[in-house]
Amino acid sequence: MNYLYHLYIEFLLNHGIPKMFGDITFFILPFCIIAFALLIVVLGLVLAERKLLGWFTQRKGPNRVGWWGLLQTLADAFKLLIKENITPEKSDKFLFNLAPILVFVPVMTVLCMIPYSSEFTFVNTSTNVILYLLLAAFPVLSIFLGGWASNNKYSLIGAVRAVAQVLSYEIPMTFVVLSVIVLASSMNLTSITLAQYSRFGIFGWYLLPCVVGFGIMFICTLAELNRCPFDLPEAESELICGYNTEYSGMRFALFYLSEYALLFVSSVFLAIMFLGGYLSPFGVYLSTLLVNDSFMSNILIYFEQAFWLILKSCLIIFAIIWIRATLPRLASFDLLKFSWTILLPLSIFNLFFMVILKYLEGGAICALF
Amino acid sequence: MTQTTLKLNLGPQHPSTHGVLRLILELEGEKILSCEPDIGYLHRGMEKMAEGMTYIQYLPTVDRIDYLAGCFYSELFCRTVEKALGITLPERVRIIRVILLELNRIASHLLWIGAFLMDLGAVSPFFYAMREREMILRYFEKLTGQRMMYNYFVFGGIRKDIDFLEDIDEILRILPSKIQDYERIITDNPIFLQRTKAKGILEPEIALNNSVTGVNLRASGINYDLRITDKLYEGFEFSPVVLEGKDAWSRYKARILELSTSMNIIKQGLDRLNENKTFEQKLINPLTLKLPEGEFYSEIEAPRGLASVYIKSTGTETPYRLKWRTGSYYSVNLLRKLLVGEYLNDAIAIAGSLDIILPEVDK
Repeated sequence: MNYLYHLYIEFLLNHGIPKMFGDITFFILPFCIIAFALLIVVLGLVLAERKLLGWFTQRKGPNRVGWWGLLQTLADAFKLLIKENITPEKSDKFLFNLAPILVFVPVMTVLCMIPYSSEFTFVNTSTNVILYLLLAAFPVLSIFLGGWASNNKYSLIGAVRAVAQVLSYEIPMTFVVLSVIVLASSMNLTSITLAQYSRFGIFGWYLLPCVVGFGIMFICTLAELNRCPFDLPEAESELICGYNTEYSGMRFALFYLSEYALLFVSSVFLAIMFLGGYLSPFGVYLSTLLVNDSFMSNILIYFEQAFWLILKSCLIIFAIIWIRATLPRLASFDLLKFSWTILLPLSIFNLFFMVILKYLEGGAICALF
Repeated sequence: MTQTTLKLNLGPQHPSTHGVLRLILELEGEKILSCEPDIGYLHRGMEKMAEGMTYIQYLPTVDRIDYLAGCFYSELFCRTVEKALGITLPERVRIIRVILLELNRIASHLLWIGAFLMDLGAVSPFFYAMREREMILRYFEKLTGQRMMYNYFVFGGIRKDIDFLEDIDEILRILPSKIQDYERIITDNPIFLQRTKAKGILEPEIALNNSVTGVNLRASGINYDLRITDKLYEGFEFSPVVLEGKDAWSRYKARILELSTSMNIIKQGLDRLNENKTFEQKLINPLTLKLPEGEFYSEIEAPRGLASVYIKSTGTETPYRLKWRTGSYYSVNLLRKLLVGEYLNDAIAIAGSLDIILPEVDK
């Protein structure tokens, strides 16, 4: 990234354009790339979920629009686009319209902070992890706004459930993240990734010492995403559709798509925290083994790193969809009880053991190798 | 003035009211303070309609009282007319009727299992149950030409002799392993247990006082299965499923176990079909059919509890009065008691566990 940045500034200076202009405009391009990539990822995820759910339940999934149903999501998005936007008469119109717009803000921000490969992080601050934790809880605000502003009883119940749920699952999640921070001695996502490096690939990952933490974090992610079995805020068979009951057309599409964008972001974050981020699971990058030309392999490495990261997060997404196909929904009070009585103590113990492990310098097991 | 309770209309357009039921709930937070079922959205005037129709004209409509278990109402209506005319069914016809009734019961229970799990938020079991139900519906379609409203039983017999027995063998061969699959994915699932164990406790006294029958009653520990005393089932060996749990989980388990009971009965029926190969009927001319003057009543164990019909005849071609008694009607009334004090998401589970179907309630 730095290399590209210097190239760009140099190019501008050569043409007599001041550096400040470059500083500002440099981030427009990556942002556009991210926005475009996000769109594709979301469209892909929606299709993947429908296909997988179809296979899990002995159906074919979408297979009519485009080859193998590839254009199905596009067609659905287009259908939602041309539909009428209905605003309920007695709703709070400003908040009602604001909520679906707000929901995309944290997703976009988080996507810019993720180290896709060693040279491909747009916003690289020293406290990325904390920023992520803050932003990950942000979508619940728009869920609550939407549910509240709809002036619908089902929406309101869904919104209240969403807030209660995110509040209680945020805390164990923070403790787990804290234990990873302790292990890596850093709050920067790139450093956390690099701290998981070992010659034996998979053995350096924090999944190994911190498997309990991974489990807790996975459950909390499900809860934060309102995914099954924690899909109470939008429980279809109870609250019809929860907070987005009253939304239609493009506003509904925004909520719907943001759900999948968040799914992607959260699983990428999980992959970075526990599955070694963009590191190869074999310890060495395949492109250095397969391509002899060192210049070519150096470029290929970046793509390979991004590939590993996407692959790891895809595995997590697969597990999430699998769970959705299998489990019934939790009851709302069991859900809160589960978080406060099981997950919270477990996560504190987990943190405690990670601190001890770190103290004994066994924290990074890779140090043994 | 501050309002602390929320009035919520659950339905009539709601995904888990299984038709069009409206529950007027008073909520405090998510806790239900009172529940008032409002029925009648699917009322078709089945009883009044009968007064203007001859018996044979009315016969095709009775399947529609419960579209998931049409055979039972056909059988019930035919049986009452046969009783009035003093007809006893030939052995083979009787066995065929038992086989079809039990197949229909399996289809009905399978749909319930899927819909119940759907209410609880699990998607897949619905599709799995529908897949097995599809085999049974295909068979019915082959045999009767209809997937749901069979109109297969007629006064004094059936429309034609049973056929495609190898399909029933196939169903009986496949179903046990599938039921095992359901048990694996559902029965001991901790979330499922949490949602259904000790939820919606139906005390036997309350059940009896509210005329609840069928699986719901048997899951509360009362051994009451009409099939035991039913003349139609004479010679079939089986024991009714009685569980002591009283909760939603027992009602689920009882229905799973009833699938095996029904399969057992069908197996016996198939064996006995081989012994009674002569197909004879005691058909009557429906165009001149008149019931003798008097009151006629008969009952049957339908999938959703005791179903019965009462016909008052004045000796004309049409019934003078006709009244249906269906199991679901009393289960809906039960919601008034069972839901109070529960939370909203438990309410869905409890209402689902009672196996309410609205066409049967509204008639």
